[in-house]
Amino acid sequence: MSTPLPRGFKAHLPFFYPALMLGIFFLVPFGTMVVISFFQRQVGGFYNPVFDPSNYRNLFTPLFGRVLIFSLFLSALSSAVCVGIGFPFTYFITRLRRRAQVIWMVFLLAVLSLSEVIIGFAWSLLLSRTAGITNILVWLGLMETAVSLVPGFGALLMGMCYIALPYTVLVLYPPLSRLDPHLPEAARTLGASPLKTFFTVIIGALRNTLVAVFIMAFVFLLGAYLLPQILGRPRHWTLSVLITDQALYQSNMPMAAAMAIFFMAVSLCLVGLTIYLGKSRPGGKAS
Amino acid sequence: MSGLLFENISKHFGSVIAVQDVDLHLPHGRFVCFLGPSGCGKTTLLRLVAGLEPPSSGRILLDGEDITHTPAHKRNFGMVFQSLALFPHLTVGENIAYSLKIRGTERTEQARRTAELLELVQLPDMADRHIAQLSGGQRQRVAIARALAVDPRLFLLDEPLSALDAKLREEMQVELRMLQQRLGITTIVVTHDQREAMTMSDLVVVMGPDNRIHQVGPPLAIYRQPADTFVADFIGTSNLLPGTLSGRGEVSVRETRLKIGETPDDLAVGSQVSLSIRPENIIVRPGAIQGPNQLQGKVSFVRDVGSNVEIYLECQGLQLTSRSTPKGRPDLDQGDTATAELPPEACVVLTS
Repeated sequence: MSTPLPRGFKAHLPFFYPALMLGIFFLVPFGTMVVISFFQRQVGGFYNPVFDPSNYRNLFTPLFGRVLIFSLFLSALSSAVCVGIGFPFTYFITRLRRRAQVIWMVFLLAVLSLSEVIIGFAWSLLLSRTAGITNILVWLGLMETAVSLVPGFGALLMGMCYIALPYTVLVLYPPLSRLDPHLPEAARTLGASPLKTFFTVIIGALRNTLVAVFIMAFVFLLGAYLLPQILGRPRHWTLSVLITDQALYQSNMPMAAAMAIFFMAVSLCLVGLTIYLGKSRPGGKAS
Repeated sequence: MSGLLFENISKHFGSVIAVQDVDLHLPHGRFVCFLGPSGCGKTTLLRLVAGLEPPSSGRILLDGEDITHTPAHKRNFGMVFQSLALFPHLTVGENIAYSLKIRGTERTEQARRTAELLELVQLPDMADRHIAQLSGGQRQRVAIARALAVDPRLFLLDEPLSALDAKLREEMQVELRMLQQRLGITTIVVTHDQREAMTMSDLVVVMGPDNRIHQVGPPLAIYRQPADTFVADFIGTSNLLPGTLSGRGEVSVRETRLKIGETPDDLAVGSQVSLSIRPENIIVRPGAIQGPNQLQGKVSFVRDVGSNVEIYLECQGLQLTSRSTPKGRPDLDQGDTATAELPPEACVVLTS
């Protein structure tokens, strides 16, 4: 078969399907949101369909700025921790025997079946004063009295990492198991110790993968809005919490839409910046 | 003892035996080939030398120093892998300078040495290229340059040319051999290609499917005097005729008594043997038997490929293949009656 280009309506049909799905499930809701973000709030009602850019103007408050920066910081930090833990973890899984690998993967998939609510409450229990892990430390004689670790920043970070880690490992698994096992061996014959090999060759060869996984975890965690409320204090609430609050409890749909769109734009810029930085470093083109 | 010494080396992976009872001495400065069919343990043996696997038993000594348990990164051996294992995230220059960088060599010295090595493998001015931009042959050269960067004590190559196409492979064989002669470095190459082994090496180590060493020696000596039927069959092509030792210097094959060159001293008259004779040593003539050491048969096939001619002869249920130059081509066609003369000095008696 040497048809250079598909011709006619029929030949183009396969392309319509993804376009249609993308339209229905992404473009239409997004378009609706953009339109609503310019509407006027009607207190006690829904909204008035008039063009009003004041929602965006109202975003520029110190509170919004502080929450925005905190949200981005929390997601970035959690993603970094996830990649930092997940990468060596996945690397060692891929070096295990096939059976052991399957067991680990099943375990990780099982964690995915838990909802954010269950994970949140489970961690708040585990970190509590009455039933938490500090009781074990007291029992071991490492602590005087049991303390509550929740709510707090540490507890929130813990929860965020917990929900993103399985995804990180699942995404890292294919490229890591495809990595030529001769690469680390070559590094060893060239005089690199196992630790140096890990940092110079394994991380080096997979740097683009690491950037991609970091971005995935970052974007995924930006959407978390239950964990900050369960495990954090009000000052740890993220923008997603504020958006939920505006949309559901204040019934201010236009404001929530404006916040969401602005948040998305900022996140996209950061993702773009990360990809750009990852590519412009020497050797970034290869692999 | 100087050189590389294997003492009773064995390697098992669980219940699978990869290398069995290897005792071997490889002197300095030689080009050595580990030759054998796939699964014979030749790569495992090389990995034991490199320190990438520990042996299950036995010792490896280099110039009298026991290196059996020295970790790979402290051995200072250069190795070229079958997949080449070039670092995809580094440029050609960075790949070559990797071992220098690890050792903390000065930056200017790194650059000087890299340029020198690129010159050596005939890739000047390529230092800034990416690995993905190179052809198969160029990658090969980079892998060789990288392995040679720190003047290794041993140069190890695991099927280094298997990814190249036939023509380039032949060129690289000659080049590799010349490079080794220039540097005088002890080199071990793993290959399953007997032609490659014959082209390059001073010393061939033939390993068999039983994961043992069958024969060690210079390539021509192995070709002319194979130690057993496996070696005779694996190195080049050989006619193997079953027979009985009917006297000193005589083997009977299908009732025909054939004179042979030498009879091994440990063979008793009457024992079952195989007679090995290389195709190029068989002289085929049209017509019936006229003299001693001849077998009569029918031509079953003629393969004339221009550069040489092969005549397949069926003699009393035995297959004989003879090879000659186009000039020496006998005037024969399929179905003709012909006689094969087996010169006594070309007949080698093998026991197994």
